[in-house]
Amino acid sequence: MADDLTPLYRTMLLIRRFEERVAEMYTLGKIGGFCHLYNGQEAVATGAIVTLRPDDYVLVYYRDHGHALARGAEPKRVMAELFGKATGLCRGKGGSMHLFDVAHGFLGGYAIVGEHLALAVGVGLAINYRGGDQVVTCFFGDGAVNGGMFHESLNLAALWKLPVVFVCENNQFGMGTPIAVAMSLSDRLHEKAEAYGMAHDVVDGMDVLAVRDRVADAVRRARTERAPTLIEAKTYRFVGHSMRDPAHGVYRTREELDAHRAQDPLKTFPRLLKEKGLVTDEDLATVDREVRAIVDEAVVFAEASPVLPPAEIEKDVYA
Amino acid sequence: MTVMAYRDALNLALKEEMRRDDRVFLMGEEVGAYQGAYRVSKGLLQEFGPRRVIDTPIAEAGFVGAGVGAAMVGLRPVVEVMTFNFAVVAMDAIVNSAAKIRYMSGGQVSVPLVIRGPGGSARQLAAQHSQALEAWFCHVPGLKVCAPSTPRDARGLLKSAIRDDNPVLVIESELLYGTNGEVPEADEVIPLGVAEVVRPGRDATVIAYSKMVREALAAAETLAGEGIEVEVIDPRTLRPFDWNTVLESVRRTKRAVVVQEGWAFCGVAAEIAARISAEAFDDLDAPVERVTGLDVPLPYARPLEAATVPDAARITAAVKRTLYLL
Repeated sequence: MADDLTPLYRTMLLIRRFEERVAEMYTLGKIGGFCHLYNGQEAVATGAIVTLRPDDYVLVYYRDHGHALARGAEPKRVMAELFGKATGLCRGKGGSMHLFDVAHGFLGGYAIVGEHLALAVGVGLAINYRGGDQVVTCFFGDGAVNGGMFHESLNLAALWKLPVVFVCENNQFGMGTPIAVAMSLSDRLHEKAEAYGMAHDVVDGMDVLAVRDRVADAVRRARTERAPTLIEAKTYRFVGHSMRDPAHGVYRTREELDAHRAQDPLKTFPRLLKEKGLVTDEDLATVDREVRAIVDEAVVFAEASPVLPPAEIEKDVYA
Repeated sequence: MTVMAYRDALNLALKEEMRRDDRVFLMGEEVGAYQGAYRVSKGLLQEFGPRRVIDTPIAEAGFVGAGVGAAMVGLRPVVEVMTFNFAVVAMDAIVNSAAKIRYMSGGQVSVPLVIRGPGGSARQLAAQHSQALEAWFCHVPGLKVCAPSTPRDARGLLKSAIRDDNPVLVIESELLYGTNGEVPEADEVIPLGVAEVVRPGRDATVIAYSKMVREALAAAETLAGEGIEVEVIDPRTLRPFDWNTVLESVRRTKRAVVVQEGWAFCGVAAEIAARISAEAFDDLDAPVERVTGLDVPLPYARPLEAATVPDAARITAAVKRTLYLL
């Protein structure tokens, strides 16, 4: 297998298999609360995060499992967090929507739409303040684009020449509301950056190589020119908004979903690798076996882990 | 000791902390070239330059959020809100981000952020510019809140807030900016969560903060003329609250009056009164009294405004009620 492409496939497959098990565990009552799966959108986090250096920063919205895994968070610690266990990334205090892994520059999942765009601006400000050359990448959905924080944050990032890459995962729906119902000029989302004199780009978010290449350009611009970029990755989620709603039937049809499933990066990317003669079916099966073992181990680890004792409830409020 | 104005004491604290620690910077509307809407940041841009004194657009949600982000990666931002009424626009950054990040991350990320500016009424600024919203912030675990009443406390508490590893709101007062008081030459850092007995007394305890301390002291002076010795306590920090000092005093005087400028319903005084009533129940000789602003948006007209905000006369009357003299 070609070295530079194998990890992309492995990461995307890890996310997919991980999310499939999360859905199972949710159904079994092992995982609670709001739980938003990343199925279908794997190419965005995978292609974008692979372009980053270990000392760069990542902030994400609440659909954050995939980004944490792509950034190198240990799958068993992510799973344990979803199970609410003491061995979880956040000791069971954050949960699905609030994964943090500072050791990997993963500065959290945020569940108020748009809130973390301003935090990313502040991280970018701190990078420039110290004269560093890191980059902060901020992921959010198309729904965030209609709120004030998007505009305030883009203005500040452009005004202050901050090394921020804004990655909008346009999965066509803000929960169940189609983008065209909520956004003026929704077919030109990325062009909103024009208003701030900010570089912008649009990319097929189902194509991991395209995402990687376009985000790499933006990261280079941020690192060397101190200039932010807005990237719109057009993607599609194959599951409901959260575990509490169906994948289709209410706000979109099965036919629409199936049409997008044909673009599934977990189908198209391995097909491409095979066409290029970079992998065999056997290679792909091996990766799947390895990834399934990692996910199995994560579940076993999460199951076996303890919950924090009640005495820990009041810790971590203040430093 | 040097006598200086409250605004100059804040300015001194900022200069001292910025000289001491390069991670400290000031950000907000008009803080740089304009020298601060209330001149608290006078001279800072000249001394520290635009890297550390950053003028922002009028976009509180964005720049308070940016302060949170900068704090998350180790800087120590001081974010000025021109008034705390405008912080309402940034409540998401304050309540959902700053106050939660340490807890949600299981202790991985701290937010050493200061948000400061004036709160409460001034002179005829009308309903939208006159609110005492400290209860909103005090309500939220993860935040610390202080409200200094003197130049000395303003400097010492702000320095403490800047050195603290948590989000701290320093609520100042437009009507106190021009008031003078003694400030020590030494590098005094007043710890958060420590109250001060500003006037000792034996007959009743009055708890007041921010500019209400002046009204409480005026009331105490009037009552002293009638032979009633009031103990006035300024908690200085509202969260964490110095319960020991207050409860010790109330157990001694057996009477308590809690004063706040803001609305009574669900206010800071309600919490203080509840705690005193529960923990000093056996020592109390009268129900705890509250003196608060009237339950209305603040009116513009001067006489109406004056009748809405608590004053020394209302505090005097409340003390007398606890002594069954009215």
